[in-house]
Amino acid sequence: MPSLKELRARIGSVKSTRKITSAMKMVAAAKLRRAQTRAEAARPYAEAMQRMLAALAKTVADRENAPPLLAGTGSDRVHLIISVTSDRGLAGGFNANIGRATRRLVQRLEGEGKTVRLLPVGRKGADYLSREYRDRIVERIPGSAGKDVAFAAAEELGARVAAMLAAGEFDVATLVFNRFNNVMSQTPTEIQLVPLALPSNDNEVGPDEAAYEFEPDEETILGRLLPRNLQIQLYRAMLESAAGEQGARMTAMDSATRNAGKAIDRLTQNYNRTRQANITRELIEIISGADAV
Amino acid sequence: MPIDLEIVSPERRLLARAVDMVVVPGAEGDLAAMPDHAPMIVLLRGGVVALYQGMQVTDRYFVAGGFAEITPDRCTILADSAVPVDQLSRQEGDDRLRDAEQAYAQADRSDVPALEPLLDRMQSARAWVETADAG
Repeated sequence: MPSLKELRARIGSVKSTRKITSAMKMVAAAKLRRAQTRAEAARPYAEAMQRMLAALAKTVADRENAPPLLAGTGSDRVHLIISVTSDRGLAGGFNANIGRATRRLVQRLEGEGKTVRLLPVGRKGADYLSREYRDRIVERIPGSAGKDVAFAAAEELGARVAAMLAAGEFDVATLVFNRFNNVMSQTPTEIQLVPLALPSNDNEVGPDEAAYEFEPDEETILGRLLPRNLQIQLYRAMLESAAGEQGARMTAMDSATRNAGKAIDRLTQNYNRTRQANITRELIEIISGADAV
Repeated sequence: MPIDLEIVSPERRLLARAVDMVVVPGAEGDLAAMPDHAPMIVLLRGGVVALYQGMQVTDRYFVAGGFAEITPDRCTILADSAVPVDQLSRQEGDDRLRDAEQAYAQADRSDVPALEPLLDRMQSARAWVETADAG
């Protein structure tokens, strides 16, 4: 049985832990709103780009010399996996889920005899993956460190990936990130970036999407649109991941706060019981002392 | 009958407004987007987007390149930035031009497809400086 003093100290320490977790929850909630607003603000551009790509792909897809960003290199020997995680922990299973999903993917691809190279975005994922796959990591890309995701970061990463493709350093690129469903749930999602997996919307072509004219020609526009689209896809993944991180942290800190509350209740009850027992014992001692006289 | 003009950057919607006509700087020449225009996808050069009410230019924005999607009732411009022409900074244009020229000077001349974006950057920076000068 711990002494009263020990119990008091433990109650105090759990109380300050609860203060910290509840403060972190508030911060995550505020950052979540911000991240969600930014993710929403990025949507019109991405949607317009999707429309243009869908229109272009219909006219260009079946041609011989389609650009590698659209059609791939014609081989699928070397796979590049870009996994997006956060820089900071204390967000429940948020980062571990991406780590596990990436690991499963690596194991599957290597089981098929492919070469795998990794490009982790965010410190947590890089740490996780470098335990097992240190030799496959091309470079560790820093995440946003809890700040707003800048498009410039995605722009740079996209240019890097495009340059790697042009240099023949990989054949297929896959993006692994946490899709933001809602505050409570994020799903690890895989998207194939190269060759581009186009949304197949053959059966839902709107009347105005039927016949676009292009100026200059389709190839030139596609040549410009594809690298931009790569950047936009990465940007969206980073935005969703940033919002998801805050959501996951909010949920994790909420349950941590609740657990701390429960622990405090338990400890307080324990404390009161011990205190009562001490008083009773002292009374018995006094009474039996008096009896003996 | 107006058309809906939207200028969006990857990070946010910069402008959304109904206009009677908008002239966009296409890579191969200026284009006017009006109601019932045939659907088009256009590559943009660095230049000025002019918004019209009736026959009057109401606003002029500088875009440093991008894409435009024109449909019978809509014109969506995908640009990195859109700056009102009267707020365009000559200084920033000079900086961009210097950076672009530097990047071009260091580029590999034999890799022709890679040169094109650099040439575009220079064109866009020059247009920036010219527009800033002209006001």
